[in-house]
Amino acid sequence: MRPERGLVGTSLALVLALLGSGCAIKPIEPWVKPYERERLTDPVMQWSRASLADRHREHIHSVREGARGAVGVQGGGCGCN
Amino acid sequence: MGLWRWLSNSLSRWRERAGVRGLFSGLAAAGAATVAPAAVLPDDKAEAMFHVYDGGGVKADGPAFLVRKKLGERVSLSAGYYIDAVSNASIDVVTTASPFKEKRTAWDFGADWLVGNSVLTLSGSTSREPDYEANAVNADVAADVFGGMTTLSLGFTRGSDRVGRTDRREVFFDDVRRWQYRAGVTQILSPRWLMSLNAEAISEDGYLGSPYRAARVFGAFVPERLPRTRTGRAVKLRSLAEVLPDTALRIEARAYWDTWDVRGRTIEIAGTRKFGPQWLLDVSLRSHKQTAALFYADNAQVDTVFVTRNRQLSAFNSLGLGAKLTWKPAAAWAERYGVQVTGVFERKRFRFPEFIDLRNQRPYAYDANVMQVVLAGRF
Repeated sequence: MRPERGLVGTSLALVLALLGSGCAIKPIEPWVKPYERERLTDPVMQWSRASLADRHREHIHSVREGARGAVGVQGGGCGCN
Repeated sequence: MGLWRWLSNSLSRWRERAGVRGLFSGLAAAGAATVAPAAVLPDDKAEAMFHVYDGGGVKADGPAFLVRKKLGERVSLSAGYYIDAVSNASIDVVTTASPFKEKRTAWDFGADWLVGNSVLTLSGSTSREPDYEANAVNADVAADVFGGMTTLSLGFTRGSDRVGRTDRREVFFDDVRRWQYRAGVTQILSPRWLMSLNAEAISEDGYLGSPYRAARVFGAFVPERLPRTRTGRAVKLRSLAEVLPDTALRIEARAYWDTWDVRGRTIEIAGTRKFGPQWLLDVSLRSHKQTAALFYADNAQVDTVFVTRNRQLSAFNSLGLGAKLTWKPAAAWAERYGVQVTGVFERKRFRFPEFIDLRNQRPYAYDANVMQVVLAGRF
């Protein structure tokens, strides 16, 4: 019991010392401001521009390959193979 | 009481000096700096596509349609329709059965709600063909945080299929239940660079094979025997960066592994470039490689509980080279309705070193062509 009580006491003292010491923690601010995001709306910066075409392409991959998932396109099953 | 007051005063002094209050108000200010929420609903659009897949003796083509429209400021509805008219004379079919034709029709519906900085999506799909019915319901949420620089997404899909065979009077004889869990994070790294990490787990329970497919054991054809459960996991990392003016580079890498011991890695590299205000060209190269399932054998020399000769579960590799060209007509009406026409062509090469073509006793390989023409606009 005495060693545990000593450990708790020491830890509490350390935490209180840290709180009272006034050490500074600099917050992380978003570094790309909303007015700097214009390029991200450009067509070249889109993950997908034609939903149907991408869905069809992922359907072919899921039917012809043994690996699937994490493609960002939700499709159902089929008895295709 | 004295200790409590001392603690309380110390905490206040620390918060002021450490800017902890500033941390939260900074985040709130970053979020509030955009008058509208950072999350947005998908744009209204209508797409019509004709698609063709032709390779390995299988030809599947047909139309597809998609419509998406906002109702007010916070809700967007979508509906899609897809047809595959299939002529199947694949190597499995010509060596163990006979060529056939059939049609598959699929519908999907979805609704998106904008709630604060999040978009909630509920959608469903159903697919019908003579011997297979597939149904799925999806729930997804995507939330913009950290001043809109980070998007967190979670999703769940519950699928339920009915499996059948058309050469029996009683067509449907078994089913499949599917659960898919997705999580992802997309991060804006600079005004010209995005990265995204996505993970998905897919669990299936039920009849996971094909009633028409044969396995080979000691040279004799027998019906394939597959486990009734399968769980797979996939992790995909991708990067999209504008490397030159009007030119972007996309790199994607996915790792897959499952309880059938299939391990796959897929890498795709694509470049996109604008040529003036009307033309956009994408060129992509995709490589997929995977190992065989534990119970895969071209011609099993041991009698095991599970056995399959499904080449999709063998060790194989494929390479695809594709190009996509988008054209926006210059006319005022085209600009007003956001009309654009896209043509896609991809050549895919499949090599199966562990699947023998019974017609010539050599490892099987084939090339496939994928073609799509899409007309898109908004209304």
